[in-house]
Amino acid sequence: METLWFMIVAVMVAAYVVLDGFDLGAGVIYLGAAKTPSERRTIMRAIGPVWDGNEVWLLAAGGTLYFAFPLLYASSFSGFYLPLMMVLWLLMLRGIGIELGAHMENPVWRGFFDVIFSVSSILLCIFFGAALGNVVRGVPLAQDQYFFEPLWTNFRVNYGTAGTNNGILDWYTVMTGVIALVTLTAHGSLYVATKTEDDLNRRARTVAMWAWPVQLLLTFLGLIATVSIRPGVLDNYKHHAIGFAIPVLVFGSLAVMMHGMIKRSDKMAFVASALYIVGMLVGAAFALYPVVLPASTDAALNLTIYNTKAGEHGLAVGFTWWILGMILALGYFFFLFRMFKGKVRLEGEGY
Amino acid sequence: MDSALLVHRLHFAFTVTFHYLFPQLTMGLAPLIVVLKTLGLRRNDETYNRAAQFWARIFGINFVLGVVTGIPMEFQFGTNWSHFSRFAGGVIGQTLGMEGMFAFFLESAFLGLFLYGEKRLGPRGHWWSAVAVFLGSWLSGFFIVATDAWMQHPVGYAKAADGSAQLTSFWALVLNPWAWWQYAHNMSGAVITGAFVMASIGAFYLLWGKFVEFGRIFVRVGVVAGLIFSVLQLFPTGDGQGRMIAQNQPVTLAAMEALFATQPGAPLVLIGQPNIEERKIDNPLVIPSALSFLTYRAWEAEVKGLNAFPQDEWPTNIELLYYSYHIMVGLGTVFIAIMVIAAFLLWRGRLFENRWMLWILLLALPFPYIANTAGWITAEIGRQPWLVFSLMRTADGYSKTVSAGNGLFTLLGFMGMYTVLGIFFLFLVRREIEHGPGAEGGSHGHEPAPALSAH
Repeated sequence: METLWFMIVAVMVAAYVVLDGFDLGAGVIYLGAAKTPSERRTIMRAIGPVWDGNEVWLLAAGGTLYFAFPLLYASSFSGFYLPLMMVLWLLMLRGIGIELGAHMENPVWRGFFDVIFSVSSILLCIFFGAALGNVVRGVPLAQDQYFFEPLWTNFRVNYGTAGTNNGILDWYTVMTGVIALVTLTAHGSLYVATKTEDDLNRRARTVAMWAWPVQLLLTFLGLIATVSIRPGVLDNYKHHAIGFAIPVLVFGSLAVMMHGMIKRSDKMAFVASALYIVGMLVGAAFALYPVVLPASTDAALNLTIYNTKAGEHGLAVGFTWWILGMILALGYFFFLFRMFKGKVRLEGEGY
Repeated sequence: MDSALLVHRLHFAFTVTFHYLFPQLTMGLAPLIVVLKTLGLRRNDETYNRAAQFWARIFGINFVLGVVTGIPMEFQFGTNWSHFSRFAGGVIGQTLGMEGMFAFFLESAFLGLFLYGEKRLGPRGHWWSAVAVFLGSWLSGFFIVATDAWMQHPVGYAKAADGSAQLTSFWALVLNPWAWWQYAHNMSGAVITGAFVMASIGAFYLLWGKFVEFGRIFVRVGVVAGLIFSVLQLFPTGDGQGRMIAQNQPVTLAAMEALFATQPGAPLVLIGQPNIEERKIDNPLVIPSALSFLTYRAWEAEVKGLNAFPQDEWPTNIELLYYSYHIMVGLGTVFIAIMVIAAFLLWRGRLFENRWMLWILLLALPFPYIANTAGWITAEIGRQPWLVFSLMRTADGYSKTVSAGNGLFTLLGFMGMYTVLGIFFLFLVRREIEHGPGAEGGSHGHEPAPALSAH
């Protein structure tokens, strides 16, 4: 049962990153790729009807995590206190940037909210990447299964007794933050490309083209860095050869991404980018399982699905309503995206 | 009081109080918007539809603020109250998880359709989207209230080997009688806010002499809904909620009323200041035996006073509890009076010309917010010193790893952030009200909106 919930939470997190990832990425390129006010509005309208629904996946994933692994939620949220609060502020600023900016016709106001939207999107990408980096690297869990990480210490990755000195940011988590930023930049650019025409469409695709080699390089470097700081991540792959399908998926989707961009098939490239993200996240989840939060201090203190799960009855009952809720949610999203499908045209029918 | 505990309590209290200013209006307006849409469809009258569009824009702004201030609430269970989450997550994770799966997805998906999909959906489809938004916001309210109700009156759980509470009966959790009374009382309170706000804006237009046609609709719908729900707020929902407290938290009831001595024929204090040191009420104005009657339906019934309970189980802030409870009840009584008079004038066809009454309706706007806030303070301060009544003390629930310094840092951050949010909110709402319900679907010649706000 707990394995099932591990997979469910992983899938929900992946859904969040793929969905909110494209509107975050659209925010990253927003100031650079959209040159005119009307192009900026086009991007806003491409993400306008869906961004809030995408963000709900974060809440739903969080709620499911809380329900299935309450101890993990308690330990990790209090331990990552400062960065999580900053993520909250950034999410708020970004929401204001999107929603309130739309109410202002004055170009000075617009410019202000545009910058808020874009800067908060960039920082969120980095924060989310660094968060994943922290989970892979491990945190200084104490005997009572709690920890508290300052934002940074000496930027070194430490293990054993030195592991208590880890900060949220060290060279490894900064790197994962940059990987996330580049990945979501490409992802968002491709989304914008699928939703737009002419200059903006070309410019968005060009951004993705430039991001691609960096993404490829960072994927390699990230893999090497991960294996070097935590050789244990390969254990699951060694025992279950099927795991090697994941890197095949990651690099295969990168290839398809490039192929799609060259053939100017933005949709193909966007779907490939989504698969790349799924591959990276599933790869991390597969490497961690059954650990959900490794201890940098002592492997015996690892938080696993077994020592953090909720009671059996709760998990069983929850599965029933979760399936029902998921079917309904997929139905709404299918309906919503169908209603707003196609290219955004400013002069055409408004929403 | 331990300073970290104080900081974490203030952190939650501040963020949740600010947050609830927005959902109470969206939950209250949602059914009223459905009423306007229904009237528009039934009577085939575009005016009602435009009235609905105007309120949808107000709803949209409030919804955005509700979402962005709501996310920190879910986070804080883990960040600031991790020991509580560890203890109770196996039970209330159910309701919070269900809120995400059933309410958030429904609301967010259909709000987009409701705000910009009118042309694509057609009138009937658009009506359904309004209903879906209404259902989503009310479901969300239920799951939150059910979570709080479990903390007030824990049911359907057993203690596991590690000391945490784990669910044993899903239906006991969802059908917790406390949850249903509290839900009814809370939602009725939200509709009161929605109705008073609608009537207030309508009165503003009538007094201003602009958008008069809409002003009449707003006042009429606001007053009818306001009357119905002001009465429901007192009876049966307020009465039922009160008896839940009397049965399950008698010490809380005694503190709400600042009743120290156990006595038959206990009086109901209307006005007076609790004096904890001397264990009495200063300057009391009371109705003799009324508390006994309200609680047990018998004038001579004995009501337990605070003296009957050990002092370490008394609510920790009896004065605040007493005042917030009395403010809530006092305002609730005033609301009934206002709405009865307004409804009478409406029935006689004289309300729209009665400037006095319109001024009262206009100025009443902030008071439902105050009453709803006071009600929640009553519920939460009343539960103290417990975080989960009789199971876990508040002092044991906060995150021990998060120091007072870190907590205060983020509390100040939230205060700054919410000040900015509040200023923008007032600015935008004021503008919507000034623009009024427009002729062309409310766009007033601006370009179509890119995003949720649809302006």
